[in-house]
Amino acid sequence: MAVKKIKGLKCKECGQLYEAKALHVCEFCFGPLEVDYNYDLIQSSVSRKSIQAGPISLWRYWDLLPVESHDVITLEEGYTPLLRARNLGKLLGLNNLYIKNDSTNPTFSFKDRVVSVALTRARELGFDTVACASTGNLAGAVSAYGAVANLKRFVFIPADLEEGKVIGAGVYNPHIIAIEGTYDEVNRLCAEVADAFKWAFVNVNIRPYYAEGSKTLGFEVAEQLGWRAPDQVIVPAASGSLLTKIHKGLQEFQDLGLIDRHTTKLNCAQAAGCGPIATAINEHTDLIRPVRPKTIAKSLAIGNPADGVYAAQLVMKTGGQGVSVSDEEIVEGIKLLASTEGVFTETAGGVTVASLKRLVQNGKIAPDDVTVVYVTGNGLKTLDAVQGKVSRPHVIAARLQDFRSLYEQLLNNVPAHSTI
Amino acid sequence: MPAKVRIPAPLRKLTNDQAVVEVTGQTIQDLLASLEKQYPGLKERICDESGQIRRFVNIFVNGEDIRFKQGPATPVSEGAEVSIIPAIAGGTK
Repeated sequence: MAVKKIKGLKCKECGQLYEAKALHVCEFCFGPLEVDYNYDLIQSSVSRKSIQAGPISLWRYWDLLPVESHDVITLEEGYTPLLRARNLGKLLGLNNLYIKNDSTNPTFSFKDRVVSVALTRARELGFDTVACASTGNLAGAVSAYGAVANLKRFVFIPADLEEGKVIGAGVYNPHIIAIEGTYDEVNRLCAEVADAFKWAFVNVNIRPYYAEGSKTLGFEVAEQLGWRAPDQVIVPAASGSLLTKIHKGLQEFQDLGLIDRHTTKLNCAQAAGCGPIATAINEHTDLIRPVRPKTIAKSLAIGNPADGVYAAQLVMKTGGQGVSVSDEEIVEGIKLLASTEGVFTETAGGVTVASLKRLVQNGKIAPDDVTVVYVTGNGLKTLDAVQGKVSRPHVIAARLQDFRSLYEQLLNNVPAHSTI
Repeated sequence: MPAKVRIPAPLRKLTNDQAVVEVTGQTIQDLLASLEKQYPGLKERICDESGQIRRFVNIFVNGEDIRFKQGPATPVSEGAEVSIIPAIAGGTK
């Protein structure tokens, strides 16, 4: 039998080894399990050249993802644009600012990355039903990818989710179960359902594989910057997993010799109404005190973050910051990004842009730092957040004369974009 | 009166399948020591080699997380309810 790149699963806390099955908790110490790779094998097959010759999707990093088959479940997710943000940079006094625009993925959020990997692995493990606990974006991704792969789909969401996200999942025709409670309660139920029903819950029992998909947001940025790591990244945090995996991606590239030694500062962006990780960082502790979320950034509303400890530790270790921003700042962040860079992000992106602004104001980012802001979802998903807060149409009759007088009026007013 | 300690499913093999056991102790630390006496092997699952409570094990006294009280020195009142809960739910199989 050919040597496999997945050796098994390994407890991140006590190192206990397990078979590469649908498991996510260490039976001995209850720590989270991670994929244990055969890096010797990977080292022998991966190079800048091999990656560049791969598909224009995250599967160009197949060698570093936890699947054994080349027959992957894909909608050509990943390899999203890394935009040079000249206007926003100029406004903030940053010369090397970039936006990683992951809202261009097939279901309009970065969740397509983790789901493509998770469903491919779930199918390899023999599952015919996939499920998730979701704040919305994941529900859409699981529903779409599960449809493509002909898998049965059950998605669990909090009942108060934005309508845009409910429709955005419903259109792919999954079973949607709305729970009267917070995401944390949804998550607890899903852990029980996963045990009882033996389904592949992408972010429960498939989590060790699923979470690895986020590494590609580290890989891509490094590749797109010309095989170098950024000086600073600003990452939105819900469970904290994305932040830890972006770091892992940079670390793996470094260990495989694909980039030089990196000193990337990881900054954690959260909403003030749900910022348990940022709070811990600011109190210089990795003890995460769970909170009951209250924020318009619902995709980040996880009060008891599974990877919070690791995220907080990495931020502190790399010299980054924890930032939490108000709902008003989030809306301003969304409008600022759209009006300077043409990118319409959902509330999570508003959180990262507002956090960027705060970091600059506090002198935490030097003008020449190569800085990457992660925008993880599309603004059409959270229209409610900006409704009534953006430019409205001027209604006139269909007469040239009426337009001329409106135009005169507009000329006398200050142009909208200079108000920022 | 001894405290009532709730044992999570993955550890019940060590308590003869009992979900709730009664043990005495002035503090959580004492209580863990008596638990180990009554049910050998239990403590190493809850505490690491240095005796610290493992990061992914939460202990609640009357519903309050001891991390935000006095940690292992948290007092256990007469007849208190103590819950031992893995931080990441699920995975009992």
